[in-house]
Amino acid sequence: MERFAALLDALVYTTSRNAKLRLLADYLRETPDPDRGWALAALTDGLDFPAVKASTVRGLMQERVDPVLWTLSRDFVGDTAETASLLWPEPPVPADVTPPPTVAEAVAQLAAMTRASAPGELAAMFDRLDSSGRYALIKLATGAMRAGVSARLAKTAFAQAFDVSVEQVEEYWHALAPPYAELFAWAAHGQEPPDTASMPLFRPFMLAHPLEETVVDLTDYAAEWKWDGIRVQLAHVGGETRAYSRSGDDISATFPEMIAALQVPCVVDGELLVRGSHQGGEEGGAASFNALQQRLGRKTVSKAMLADYPAFVRLYDVLMLDGTDLREMRWTERRLRLEALMARLPASHFDISQVLEADTFDALATIREGARDEAIEGLMLKRRDSPYIAGRRVGLWYKWKRDPLLVDCVLMYAQRGSGKRSSFYSDYTFGCWDGDPDAGAELLPVGKAYSGFTDEELKRIDRHVRQHTTNRFGPVRETDRSLVFEVAFDSVHTSKRHKSGLAMRFPRIHRVRWDKPVHEADRIETLKALIKD
Amino acid sequence: MAAAFSWIRPEPHGIHIVPADAWIDPARPVPRALVTHGHADHARGGHGQTIATPETLAIMDLRYNTREGTQPVAYGETIRLAGGVEATFIPAGHVLGSAQILLEHAGERVVITGDYKRRHDPTCVAFEVTPCDVFITEATFGLPLFRHPPITGELAKIHQRLAAEPDRCVLVGAYALGKAQRVIAELRDMGYHDPIWLHGAMERMCRLYQGWGVDLGDLRLVADAKKDELRGQVVVCPPGALGDRWSRRLPDPVTAMASGWMRVRQRARQRGVELPLVISDHADWDELTATVQEVNPAETWITHGREEALLRWHQLNQRKARALALVGYEDEDD
Repeated sequence: MERFAALLDALVYTTSRNAKLRLLADYLRETPDPDRGWALAALTDGLDFPAVKASTVRGLMQERVDPVLWTLSRDFVGDTAETASLLWPEPPVPADVTPPPTVAEAVAQLAAMTRASAPGELAAMFDRLDSSGRYALIKLATGAMRAGVSARLAKTAFAQAFDVSVEQVEEYWHALAPPYAELFAWAAHGQEPPDTASMPLFRPFMLAHPLEETVVDLTDYAAEWKWDGIRVQLAHVGGETRAYSRSGDDISATFPEMIAALQVPCVVDGELLVRGSHQGGEEGGAASFNALQQRLGRKTVSKAMLADYPAFVRLYDVLMLDGTDLREMRWTERRLRLEALMARLPASHFDISQVLEADTFDALATIREGARDEAIEGLMLKRRDSPYIAGRRVGLWYKWKRDPLLVDCVLMYAQRGSGKRSSFYSDYTFGCWDGDPDAGAELLPVGKAYSGFTDEELKRIDRHVRQHTTNRFGPVRETDRSLVFEVAFDSVHTSKRHKSGLAMRFPRIHRVRWDKPVHEADRIETLKALIKD
Repeated sequence: MAAAFSWIRPEPHGIHIVPADAWIDPARPVPRALVTHGHADHARGGHGQTIATPETLAIMDLRYNTREGTQPVAYGETIRLAGGVEATFIPAGHVLGSAQILLEHAGERVVITGDYKRRHDPTCVAFEVTPCDVFITEATFGLPLFRHPPITGELAKIHQRLAAEPDRCVLVGAYALGKAQRVIAELRDMGYHDPIWLHGAMERMCRLYQGWGVDLGDLRLVADAKKDELRGQVVVCPPGALGDRWSRRLPDPVTAMASGWMRVRQRARQRGVELPLVISDHADWDELTATVQEVNPAETWITHGREEALLRWHQLNQRKARALALVGYEDEDD
């Protein structure tokens, strides 16, 4: 555990990607099995201990520290694990000190805990560790590492440590469960790799870069709509069907009708949508993202849900077909196969994302201008000869989102951020006027944003919040409503959750209008006129 | 009898001693200022009269050319202000010259701590506990998670790092007044006798400390060094210079920062610090609460910092306390 704790600390304090890779690769090479496998799983959020949650740790602390002091400390630090590791009362040194557990021992003990036994067992483990060790243990148990290590970075480090290809690591990774004994056996000891072709595994998505100022030649690139649903991968391999989200989470249980609908041996990539009349009428029509949201995140789905919000997938690509891996092929080749595949799929649950015809880039720009009316996100540009490669490779795929909508809102509440932004007021709730502000109208909250500003701006807004606080509610401060944000967002929908009756999609701070008087901010009616449900 | 302590009034930009028409650490120019110590958020130029310890006045002179209208007061010396108020300057243990100010009027005693700590510091005189009715304290590190570890353990991390990576230098970001000199003096006490290299902005303050008899050993300027000469060496700079272009002249520096905030991982991360050193010139939680118990005032007023938690501690311990909403005290670099 000490070695893992030291690794975590070193990762936190290292900003350079190469240095992080070195630290991880050294750890993976030098640490014995199965500790290194468990550590790898912990760093990539691959562990779950049902009996141990952040609330378990909170409960444990509140028995030992005054709840108000705990909450103030937690708000300041912005991380439950770290706060607990710092506030844990050091035990009076016992006569015989039990050494700290290894990572594998800790994992075994955490996995065996019940809700009833967890507090006592955790407390005993905390007493055997120092502050860094406690931090590592809580992170191991509850996730949210905040060590600046993405799953991709961990896999790259693994590939570096053992001099193997990162694409292969990606592929095998999803076939195996922690502590990935076969993965280490293959990479470190040259044994046979796991057989992945016969399993309905997640294959990492190919992703796009923002187009920004780039102009591409349409003889080299094909254009498609970027549909406003969720990216999904469906795999029917070895007689089993699975659905995966963009991050590789298995979402099969959330969309049972899609699992039932796919019976052809293939792996396809598409956009999951809900039937409706808002997106691309000629292609059968999809509802807005708002409707899709009713279906997301559910572990079980009622019949009514299935009937009211029927899902379907608009296909972009095909990765495997009838046992053959197509990912090395050019996009044009895969596209032909995808078009041929459509006849074998039920039209009730699948359609194909049409290729947009445009002769010139300017003509395409005009098509994109019209995208707002279709309630879609923008355009995709795909290099016609591009293979299907995991991740974001420069120059192959671009996303060209439509320009955002803008509205001037007034800062109402600010909340402290977490992680890198702990102690900064970085999450903002803002509102618009429900009438004429000069005639006594009120501000109603319309959205929340925590991005779009620079670090310098964050410092300045943080100072503004501290100096213009009128009320405090735990980590939230109410301000005197004296600052205007120009907020950018993708679309706005009706919502019963908010008093204003509105919900914005992807709101972010576009500009901070230090100069703008608050009574010149926009009114609710301006936003209402933009609703596309 | 007039309401207790009505003669001392916390205002947003300082503490006003009403009968004397004098201010403690005012944030804007006033006719008469009593200054606890030389940090920029407490000591500002432009006052009609400035009353402080000789060391603090020397520091203010260096920073603001405060030469006119100064009145030095030695530790333990009592001066008489207008309106029947007496002021005594008492060591605060924060930085060279730092003082608590004891005010006495109409039989009531008020102590304003300014900033303080209770740990040993070779560069300044140690804090003295002074009984009083009202104790006006700082609370920069007023959360129970702040426990500053012993400084020797933190400084040992510099040695370990230099031993592990002898081709690099360790660049320590440290507040130019107080922290930098304390770090250097403690390193000397631990037997480190190599030259310590300074950012140009540190030089005059270090010389001032040396002039007041603080032994800082062999100090040299980075500007005078060849790049290779700095490998395996310790360099000290103001925190603001850590990520500055200035640091590019150094041989692959390990970025370290000496600050109480380094106790919190993400705080270190926000500053891009690779080697956090938990070293502070402020009282930590244990020191703050122990000091209140030792001073045992009838009432505590809290000037700045994490006042909510310290207020809560007072409540839990059946002690009377209130928070003063003073503006302008910045503590980000400590």
